[in-house]
Amino acid sequence: MLNTQRSETGSSNNININEGIVLEFTNVQKIFSSGRLETHALKNISLGVKRGIVTGLIGPDGAGKTTLMRLAAGLLVPDSGQIMALGMNVSTDYLAVQASIGYMPQRFGLYEDLSVQENLDLYADLQGLPKNSRPDRYEELMNMTGLAPFTSRLAGRLSGGMKQKLGLACSLLRSPRLLLLDEPTVGVDPLSRRALWDIIQHMIKEEGTSVLISTAYMDEAERCEEVVLLYEGKMLGNGTPNQFKKDLKGKSYTVSVSGMKKREIQEKIAAYPSVIDAVIKGGRIRIVLDVESPPDIEQLLPGAKVISIEPTPPSLEDSFISILPKRQSKNERKKTDKKPARTINRDHFENSGENVIEATEVKRRFGDFYAVKGVTFEVRRGQVFGLLGANGAGKSTTFRMLCGLLPASEGTLRVAGANLRYAPAAARSRIGYMSQKFSLYGNLSVKQNLRFFSSTYGLYGADRTERMEWALDEFDLSQLADSNSMDLPLGYKQRLAMACALMHNPEILFLDEPTSGVDPVARREFWSRINSLAEQGVTIMVTTHFMEEAEYCDRLAIMADGEILALGTPEEIKAGQKTSDNPEPNMEDAFISLILGKENKNS
Amino acid sequence: MRMRGLIRKEFLQILRDPSSIAIAFLMPVVLLLLFGYGVSLDAEHVPVAIVVESPSPDTANFTSGFYGSRYFNPITVFDFNTAEQKLRSRLVDAIIYLRGDFTRKLRSPGGAQIQVIINGADANNGRIISGYVQAIWSKWLENIALAKGEQVNLPVNVEQRVWFNSELRSKNFLVPGLIALIMTLIGALLTALVMAREWERGTMEALMVTPVKMREILLGKILPYFILGMGGMGLTVAMAVLLFDVPIRGSLWVLFITSSLFMFAALGMGLFISSVTKNQFVAGQVAIITTFLPAFILSGFIFDIGSMPWLIQMLTHVIAARYFVSILQTLFLAGDVWSVVIPNCLALILIGAFFLGLTWKRSDKRLG
Repeated sequence: MLNTQRSETGSSNNININEGIVLEFTNVQKIFSSGRLETHALKNISLGVKRGIVTGLIGPDGAGKTTLMRLAAGLLVPDSGQIMALGMNVSTDYLAVQASIGYMPQRFGLYEDLSVQENLDLYADLQGLPKNSRPDRYEELMNMTGLAPFTSRLAGRLSGGMKQKLGLACSLLRSPRLLLLDEPTVGVDPLSRRALWDIIQHMIKEEGTSVLISTAYMDEAERCEEVVLLYEGKMLGNGTPNQFKKDLKGKSYTVSVSGMKKREIQEKIAAYPSVIDAVIKGGRIRIVLDVESPPDIEQLLPGAKVISIEPTPPSLEDSFISILPKRQSKNERKKTDKKPARTINRDHFENSGENVIEATEVKRRFGDFYAVKGVTFEVRRGQVFGLLGANGAGKSTTFRMLCGLLPASEGTLRVAGANLRYAPAAARSRIGYMSQKFSLYGNLSVKQNLRFFSSTYGLYGADRTERMEWALDEFDLSQLADSNSMDLPLGYKQRLAMACALMHNPEILFLDEPTSGVDPVARREFWSRINSLAEQGVTIMVTTHFMEEAEYCDRLAIMADGEILALGTPEEIKAGQKTSDNPEPNMEDAFISLILGKENKNS
Repeated sequence: MRMRGLIRKEFLQILRDPSSIAIAFLMPVVLLLLFGYGVSLDAEHVPVAIVVESPSPDTANFTSGFYGSRYFNPITVFDFNTAEQKLRSRLVDAIIYLRGDFTRKLRSPGGAQIQVIINGADANNGRIISGYVQAIWSKWLENIALAKGEQVNLPVNVEQRVWFNSELRSKNFLVPGLIALIMTLIGALLTALVMAREWERGTMEALMVTPVKMREILLGKILPYFILGMGGMGLTVAMAVLLFDVPIRGSLWVLFITSSLFMFAALGMGLFISSVTKNQFVAGQVAIITTFLPAFILSGFIFDIGSMPWLIQMLTHVIAARYFVSILQTLFLAGDVWSVVIPNCLALILIGAFFLGLTWKRSDKRLG
């Protein structure tokens, strides 16, 4: 009855707004079909987005977040069910809906060959922003986003964080009542992420905007007033972060143990049946149990010296991990069974003190611009070395030089004992490289990709067959062996890319932002693989935007503007940024204070 | 306001993107210079070897006809082997063989024989050379008869007049045809690419969530590229007239209107291709194979449609450039011949309406 009333009154209906619901999905289904294959992107979704707050849409890749956003924006039509936005039916009144919402797609929707100002003008024209109100609105938005000094710069020349802010500014031009942001912070550095959240909070407070934001970052989801958890097209939960965390009360603890390597402890604990999750956080191990009692460390880690066990408030990430079906559990157990046979004593490598990568005063110049201005560091065998920095900090350039893809302008680089200036090919055969975009052949199957990449490294016959079997087994890809890699979910693509980089048993593995845009579950799997590789003596060099991942590294370097700002273990770096205001900085605090410190010095 | 914004954006993008400038202005100039100066379908200064086994006043009389002609670059050799070698190594395109008994037989009742060997690898060229040789030979016969004081009494006389392109300059019909090619390039290829680019870079998604209507997005592409295409045409016409002395016998307004019609047909094809493929690489490939190559090969621009097999001739009817090439060649060389212009215009309108209509229908504001 209520439904028919709504459709009759159409766009003039404001009942929903009065109720405080700005976006409402009722039994929405969306099916994509390509050929005979049907994908149920959304299965019977019903939810409401409340007015004047931030609602977070979280879920792993392929959960249906983008589909939901596009349905809400009227870019897709649901196969069944109804979507009402701002009191209007999105399927029939989509033009009216689009006239009153703001939407930022994943790639920001900017014209890279237009300047900041020209992008603003275009979207102001398209959204029908009156001429006389433009100067004020432009000024306001440019000040809010900090883009005021760059209005004449081409959008393509902006850093990732600045592009994201410009994209946001373009969608905010006409003060939308409902703002839809599709993963706005993927691949953006922490500083820019903070700025984005400040803008969102400002919009809510000053202009009463309602926001729906999809994100893969759990700390961002934590900042939302309401959270919707999607998984494989189904809604697994909907509520405030506290409602999500309620069930986990008394089940999360941090443990500090001496006499063992943190990573080793973490892995041992994670393998225990009643442990849902175990991660390294701030120098301690954070564990989540499925029972409400303090963990029995004697039982978990026989023989370890426990310094302290403290209860800690549960986080949304804990709840996320506990709600999501554990797809990797079988594999993990299998791996732990195998491990003793292959594990090599890590201490052996660390004590041997052999440097596998040595960079001395390395510079790289493009024209008169120095992308890398003299970096020096070394990485020992079996270490996990992290390279952190905002976009444009010189991480990728450093990486390419280390892989022998780009010659250094000055300085010396030694990788696996070979000087890259004289013997790049010798070094290259001993390294594996996984690029940001995964470099897979989309229209080849998983098996064909593996076969191709192993043949590029000169593997043939029985060796290759054996190696391919290893990869399919180790990365749990056997069931998908004949699917095209293009059709794999992101997490699986990432596994396949890593398998391809490992086909020739490299001594050193370079991973360029391997976890960008990947959900927490897939990230955990990924790091457990990295750890087991490191234990086998593979040296791993990784770049990342995720500050918590920095904690998993043995050592790391923080880069900005082509220079290394800090180098050392995660503990050393955090300790270096202690202030009276913040006696116990986390990695993100340390990163931001290093970057800001450098900016202050420059100005 | 929305239209203005879209059109201004498109022009800014055209100005900033060197590749679209290159396709719109550099390509026409290069193509025009290449076809105007480089390619000539005329057979002039054809190298021929004349074999004179025993020189005599008679043979000299005969060969002088070749030396005096601008169609031939003759060289005289004295044995057949040398000539044959020159033909095989492509130094000459034909051999005129006057045997040793040429002078003697000339005055005998049976008459003398001349052997002509032509390199027929290029059939078209071969035929032209053969025609030229015959013309020189009959002229020479006439001269002999006149010298003997006889009146040549042929029952039928051919009075040749070449109309429309009296000098038989191939430039005069190649250059107008080029205009069709250049407009296809701008209209179909460039539009297909820029529309696909919007899909690829995700800007289409952002455009669609603004209150803009799909037909405004389409118009926002059509208008700028229409202007760009007409600019490219203006440039080509100016170069044709000023640089290559191609006459324009028809009226400029008819040229403008017919070009506009063709431009819409080309834009329609370009937009249709990119709305189907949504990917720059594929759109570029498809546009070249379905619009540019047919405009090159099947439009009658270089290869005469009348001499194509029946099936291919039928195929040319779906190619817009065919109608436009025929209009252009008429307008430039013959004038406003309505019986040619009007039916061809109707065909262009039909094709343009078909593709624009199809694109219009396909373009609802949805992603999936």
